[in-house]
Amino acid sequence: MKPSPFAYHAPESVDETLTTLSELGEDGKVLAGGQSLIPLLNMRLAAPPALVDLARVPELDTVEVTAEHVRVPARVTHERLRTHAEATAAIPLLRQALDWVAHPVIRNRGTALGSIVHGDPAGELPALLGLLDGNVELVSTQGRREATADSFLLGPLESDVRPGELARAVVFSRPAPRTGSAFEELARRHGDYAMAGVAVTVTLDPARNVAAARAAFIGVGGTPIGVELTDALSGQAFDALEPGEAIGLARAAIDPTDDIHATASYRRHLAGVLLGRALESAARRAAEDAAAEEGTHT
Amino acid sequence: MSVTAGAHERIEVEVTVNGVPRAAEVPPRRLLSDFLRHDLRLTGTHVGCEHGVCGACTILLDGAPIRSCLAFAVSVHGRELTTVEGLAADDGTLHPVQAAFQDQHGLQCGYCTPGFVMSACGFLAETTEPDDDEIREGMSGNLCRCTGYAGILAAVKQAAGDLRASGADPRSQHQPEDDAFAGRPGGEHGPAGGDGGGEVPS
Repeated sequence: MKPSPFAYHAPESVDETLTTLSELGEDGKVLAGGQSLIPLLNMRLAAPPALVDLARVPELDTVEVTAEHVRVPARVTHERLRTHAEATAAIPLLRQALDWVAHPVIRNRGTALGSIVHGDPAGELPALLGLLDGNVELVSTQGRREATADSFLLGPLESDVRPGELARAVVFSRPAPRTGSAFEELARRHGDYAMAGVAVTVTLDPARNVAAARAAFIGVGGTPIGVELTDALSGQAFDALEPGEAIGLARAAIDPTDDIHATASYRRHLAGVLLGRALESAARRAAEDAAAEEGTHT
Repeated sequence: MSVTAGAHERIEVEVTVNGVPRAAEVPPRRLLSDFLRHDLRLTGTHVGCEHGVCGACTILLDGAPIRSCLAFAVSVHGRELTTVEGLAADDGTLHPVQAAFQDQHGLQCGYCTPGFVMSACGFLAETTEPDDDEIREGMSGNLCRCTGYAGILAAVKQAAGDLRASGADPRSQHQPEDDAFAGRPGGEHGPAGGDGGGEVPS
């Protein structure tokens, strides 16, 4: 099908974008990569009166990597972030997650921040917002605010972007020293919506035992579900994890439903299996990170 | 220059398609796929699902494959597009990717073929020596309901080898005199083969 008619605005700067969004109020919807929005428009599941296209706002293109953060503005595509050497070296989980995002042709146009704003329950990027202590920068003519995963991701396909606001960038925190990460998921075809998936981070102490661990699950609830696993894994050696308690915690925390692809009970089982695999990979990478760090100090 | 247009106003969109400057006035909601087919009369790009699942409408935007049904014409003003019509040589000799699809039985009805061919051109520009798993991943965004995919995977593999041998950029129009295909008779791969069947009968 074709989209309903919409008025079209293509401003040339962030300031002009905010003025336009302010004038449009509830009628305005931002178009970035369009890989989630345009299907909704084509199927007429959404019919905003006006689109504000970021196609002519190149100031939203530049990824910034600092000692603390990786900042990803609204026009950065999945593929550009996935292949951004400095950003993925700073936060390897970005690459690990983006390898699972959609198909290569979609990654060329879809944006990382757009995926978070879209808030698909099976989307990979929304899970990173909470797991990496991320913030979404929201700006309007009235000012600027930041939102964390808990306050921003409200429900399936629902995020807290208010009328007149532009989600300008997402900022992810770099992991602590001796941290490893992993992303595991299962879909019917690689690149399709995950039946279940999990991102994990594991931080080791100097003796290579687990000091902290957390996970964020996708596809098994209305929004990504974060699970704190430090108590369940604390003190365990990186190469001899016993993930049973952590898997039990996770299976109790998630809230999967049945659909044509899988039953809720299969998804719950799957989430635990994926968590076990992800923890093992993340702990091994944390040990490698610790070894590399010691190497640089000797 | 910033642009504002009402829902029923028309906007001038200028693009370069297969090296040729083209322009048309279109409403904001015109999908890039429909812009190519209806406004520019380039019907080699096929439209299947129109919500980004099937990949039949894949084209190259500044050299990178995208879904033309998931972009608006007004969003790509000033950019360079490559469609399946831009691949074969001027004398009709097929592009190595098109030739490989014919040699390896990578198509049956041909409806999905322009999308597969364009995805393959983008993929092979990035991945010159793909293994079988990389080819599957690279082609995973396109659906074919006829072939069972084995011929398509074989075609991409053949094309990768042919392109390595010739050193040609798979995103460019085929130049037969510059590569190993110079001796191949033009009639072996008919001039219209890349269109893969054209319009759906109404």
